[in-house]
Amino acid sequence: MIQNANIKSSFDLKLIRDQFPILHQEVNGKDLVYFDNAATTQKPKRVIEALNKYYEVDNANIHRGAHALADRSTRYFEHTRASICQFINSPSEDQIIFTKGTTDGINLVAATFGRANIKKGDSIIISHMEHHSNIVPWQMLCEATGATLKVIKVTASGELDMNSFDELLDKSVKLVSIVHASNALGTINPVEEIIQKAHQIGAKVLLDGAQSASHLLVDVHALDCDFYVCSAHKLYGPTGVGFLYGKRELLEEMPPYQGGGEMIKEVDFAGTTYNTIPFKFEAGTPNIGDVIAFNEAIQFINELGKDAIMSHENELLAYATEGMESIPGVRLIGTAAKKVSVLSFLIEGMHPFDVGMMLDARGIAVRTGHHCTQPLMKLFNIEGTVRASFAVYNTKNEIDTLLEGVAKLAKMKQSV
Amino acid sequence: MTINSIQDQIIDEFAILGNDRESTIFYIMELGAKLPAMAESDKTEDNIIKGCQSKVWLTADTDADKVSFNADSNTDITKGLISLLIRVLNQQKPEDILSADLYFIEKIGMGSIIGSQRSNGLAAMIKQMKMYALACQAKLQMQK
Repeated sequence: MIQNANIKSSFDLKLIRDQFPILHQEVNGKDLVYFDNAATTQKPKRVIEALNKYYEVDNANIHRGAHALADRSTRYFEHTRASICQFINSPSEDQIIFTKGTTDGINLVAATFGRANIKKGDSIIISHMEHHSNIVPWQMLCEATGATLKVIKVTASGELDMNSFDELLDKSVKLVSIVHASNALGTINPVEEIIQKAHQIGAKVLLDGAQSASHLLVDVHALDCDFYVCSAHKLYGPTGVGFLYGKRELLEEMPPYQGGGEMIKEVDFAGTTYNTIPFKFEAGTPNIGDVIAFNEAIQFINELGKDAIMSHENELLAYATEGMESIPGVRLIGTAAKKVSVLSFLIEGMHPFDVGMMLDARGIAVRTGHHCTQPLMKLFNIEGTVRASFAVYNTKNEIDTLLEGVAKLAKMKQSV
Repeated sequence: MTINSIQDQIIDEFAILGNDRESTIFYIMELGAKLPAMAESDKTEDNIIKGCQSKVWLTADTDADKVSFNADSNTDITKGLISLLIRVLNQQKPEDILSADLYFIEKIGMGSIIGSQRSNGLAAMIKQMKMYALACQAKLQMQK
């Protein structure tokens, strides 16, 4: 086993871990090691407290209320929008649309921008490493419109084959919808190059930021992406909330997504006029409490600093990768040069489900299966992987626990 | 041996493992490894048990007045689980399988060992074995 598992002194992990009540528990008689962060991250106390406070003190429906509570909840709700705007460097707050999450954001773009701009003969480019939520909405759109879905190839190391992208990129392409960082492999895709090339032929680009928002510096203005979607729960915030960033001219031109309250300017039986952005896309009472609590998650990240978070996570990933590579019978899936802190692997002769259950017996939470990327798993000719994904509160000692468990399993398997 | 005497035997074996979760799961995997291999030609879509997250293939036929089961799975733990069921129900009379109360599952605390998803899978395996027993019973009655 690797020695010197010291915590960096400049980054006080104990203080960080103290903010996450859930981490301090035993599972199956062992200290919990939570390595399922790519599925969802845990929430710091301040997020949980903000959610409680909202319901205990501030609860009221937002916008248009003439009373104190409505005014407070509206202000707090809009504070989160302002924080997101700053967090991803959006040119303005009204370009941030609240959604239920990444999947909802992609479906919104498919149903509005897609329906308005993509016709028979057009095509959409995705990649072979997409999450099902960045495949199925486009398949549905293609079925409805007669457009074609084209798929960028992925190499054996789990990187995009950029030659394949160049070949697919022609005048028929109206949209490139691509994952910023792969949830199954961790690969960070060269989105700057993709955006630049797509724009040269007039295609728009949507970035699936589910795995990038918490791990990478995201500057939508500098990236020049047309849409960016992500989920709060992947970045220490509550479930059921996410956001869509879009370029102003696109959002303004797009038809509304759902009809209802909030999204209208004036309703008459002769016809309805729609509200301005962002409200045009926010029909109905939103998930107010969770949006408000999400602000605390963003402040948590801001206070720690993305650079410090990235540096810590990169160190964990390098340490875990080196450790896994030294265990006979372990195969890493996804060995791209640039990765977020996701480590997918297999133990020779053992099904990922069985590995997951055995690790759970040691208190270690990992994800097993196809990670909603069945086409990618088929490409690697595997049913699934075991995925350990690290967050800001994880430690090298926890990785040692994982490596010990995996080493024991690999050895046991060889003895069966 | 009767269904219940086999169940009691299993309960005793698991008692030796104590409360060590890892050893218990590993023991289940070892049981799976000992399950006789199933012919590849039997691993068809039709023979897959619906309701299991893992792939579990199960076939059954009459053997004199009894039911003979054969199974396989793509995961070792699931293979271990079905092997336990086969150990209890294989070569038993259809009516005994149909009326069997498989109390050993609760007694060995299987639910907490394998979790809710796999427990649902285990229930699907038992249901399918009882369905096969019913079909074998009908087949035997027609032969009479």
